[in-house]
Amino acid sequence: MMGWLRWFLARNGIALSLYMLGAVALWVIVMIVLPQLFMLDFSFRHNWQQIDPSRMGGPDDVYTFVNYHFLAFGSPNNPDPFNVVDVTVFFRTIVAAVFVTLFDLALCYPIAYYLAQVARGGKARLLVLSLIIPFWVNELLRAFAFRILFGEEGTINAILLSLGILNEPVDFVREDVALYAGLGYAYILLMIFPIYNVVESLDKNQIEAARDLGASWIRIHRRVVFPFAKPGITSGCTMVFMLSAGALAAPQILGGPSSLWFTQIIYQWFNTGSNWPRGSAYAIVLMLTCVLFVLAVMRIFKVKIGEIGR
Amino acid sequence: MSADVQLENVWVQFGDFVAVREASLTIQGGEFFSFLGPSGCGKTTLLRAISGFQDPSRGRVLIGGQDMAGTGPNQRPTALIFQNLALFPLMSVWENISFALEVKGVGKNQRRKKANELLELVALPGQGDKMVNELSGGQKQRVAVARALCAEPEVLLLDEPLSALDLKLRQHMRTELRVIQQRAGITFIYITHDQGEALTMSDRIAVMRQGVIDQISDGTTVYDHPETAFVASFVGENNFFPGKVSKIVEGIASVETKSGLLQARVSTASPVSSGDEAIVFVRPESIRFSNGEASSNYLEATVTHQEFEGHFWHLVLQTDSGSRIRMSVMNDGDSETQAVGSRISLSFIAQAAVVLAKGELAAE
Repeated sequence: MMGWLRWFLARNGIALSLYMLGAVALWVIVMIVLPQLFMLDFSFRHNWQQIDPSRMGGPDDVYTFVNYHFLAFGSPNNPDPFNVVDVTVFFRTIVAAVFVTLFDLALCYPIAYYLAQVARGGKARLLVLSLIIPFWVNELLRAFAFRILFGEEGTINAILLSLGILNEPVDFVREDVALYAGLGYAYILLMIFPIYNVVESLDKNQIEAARDLGASWIRIHRRVVFPFAKPGITSGCTMVFMLSAGALAAPQILGGPSSLWFTQIIYQWFNTGSNWPRGSAYAIVLMLTCVLFVLAVMRIFKVKIGEIGR
Repeated sequence: MSADVQLENVWVQFGDFVAVREASLTIQGGEFFSFLGPSGCGKTTLLRAISGFQDPSRGRVLIGGQDMAGTGPNQRPTALIFQNLALFPLMSVWENISFALEVKGVGKNQRRKKANELLELVALPGQGDKMVNELSGGQKQRVAVARALCAEPEVLLLDEPLSALDLKLRQHMRTELRVIQQRAGITFIYITHDQGEALTMSDRIAVMRQGVIDQISDGTTVYDHPETAFVASFVGENNFFPGKVSKIVEGIASVETKSGLLQARVSTASPVSSGDEAIVFVRPESIRFSNGEASSNYLEATVTHQEFEGHFWHLVLQTDSGSRIRMSVMNDGDSETQAVGSRISLSFIAQAAVVLAKGELAAE
């Protein structure tokens, strides 16, 4: 460590070195580690600030599992064996995020492959631009646009009705189709670019060799391209899963009236419920579950964490 | 099983660029056929046209008498060995080799068995469970051959597969490939820019220049009886003396050159006529030291450089008229070395030289 520090100082000069080290330290400590530690600390406290501020800092201000207990079992007078609403929403959120991730993978793998191996020059650039430019539209605007698109009186219903495919309009918002579409669309770039990066480095001759040996396109992808793209697929899936599980705006706007996203519950505890400790506990459970889930899936598919960075 | 390959007036164009022009030839079943030419001459494009990765702009490719138009590379009875081998890095050696069987839905045990047989054939027994990156260059080479043979192709296409190997291994693999070809009994079509590879392995060679096939013959004919100036200058070392044909008597032409009157045999396949602009070609090993002045094929030159290559001395000489001559002297034990700067007299016999119409020469 000291050796590295000396080398780093000698290489970049004192001023630049201090700036770089300071910036990294600021980022890691102030922006990442400290806030999370505060949240962790919050999650183990009573909500005295709102209930009875006079007990803050007193003998009753001790660490407690009450918030985690609440997520699992609800309030003391809850007749159910566990906190049905919150726990159901929690698992539904995870499953839905998995679904969004798989949907994005199915959508983006062909696009990434096309960009990386088939398209050339101008056409590839045009395609990349047409993927990126829609993201100049801000998230809220896009979410409301999806509402218009998928609403009961929306464009899609109008088209399907006029084509005679539907007899009466379907409420895509209530059915959560709008939500999945919105979430799926929001993160396609995060899926496309990691896969594109990896597939681009695949030697074209590998594909031609497999084809020359008689392989169909499906087999070429299953045996040659897909295994090669695994690190990119993993990093894309990880990002899309984490971000969809943690999304707030899209579920808020596009979610059906009966379906809550777990982040919305967290948001309610922080905001309308004025219960930061409980919100923190919920948020930490979501984060840890997502991390463990991703690690487990990586284990099953035999991807090492280092490969994601490639 | 081996199939013959016919090209009928094949053209391949990329926009305005003509990569292959009017290629017509028949490769016999079981033949070891090489396309020899400098990089960019269109030989790889032609190979891709045979394998199905490139559609000809005009003309037909027939394999075993069947027109291959509309038949994809995965449907053709050909297997291609790529220049960089293109082995699958995420599969083990035996999975690589038996990939063609996996495609056909053959069970694992049978695939394993076939892979082991092929590993025997290419002299790599017991290496099936290794990963590709654990092998040396020569071993990867053999695995690539085995993988292609596993598809039981009637025609094996090889795109400069030896170019990444070092010299000794390359020479060894030449013999090896020839043996494998004879054992497998299938047609080999070999692409190379290395004349040594083409000459040692092939039954016949097509020499290509800028998309055009200049000559198709066996190795000795290509070397001893070139039909164009390009072939004469590309295959092997050659000295050339441009000039004008003054007369032809009994197949021997007299050519006026800067270095004096030179006599050389007229090619029967592409003869020159009296008055033509022509070039006289003489191989370095056909030039001899001379002890007396003669009326023709006599040169005086100064030694400017010499290289020792074990079995040969290579001398570079400069004539008074400025022509550069390369000469090879067999190191047979009693040959004397020539000091740089010394003046020597040279001659060659007319039968050992050939006169061809003036044309493009291979880049040095």
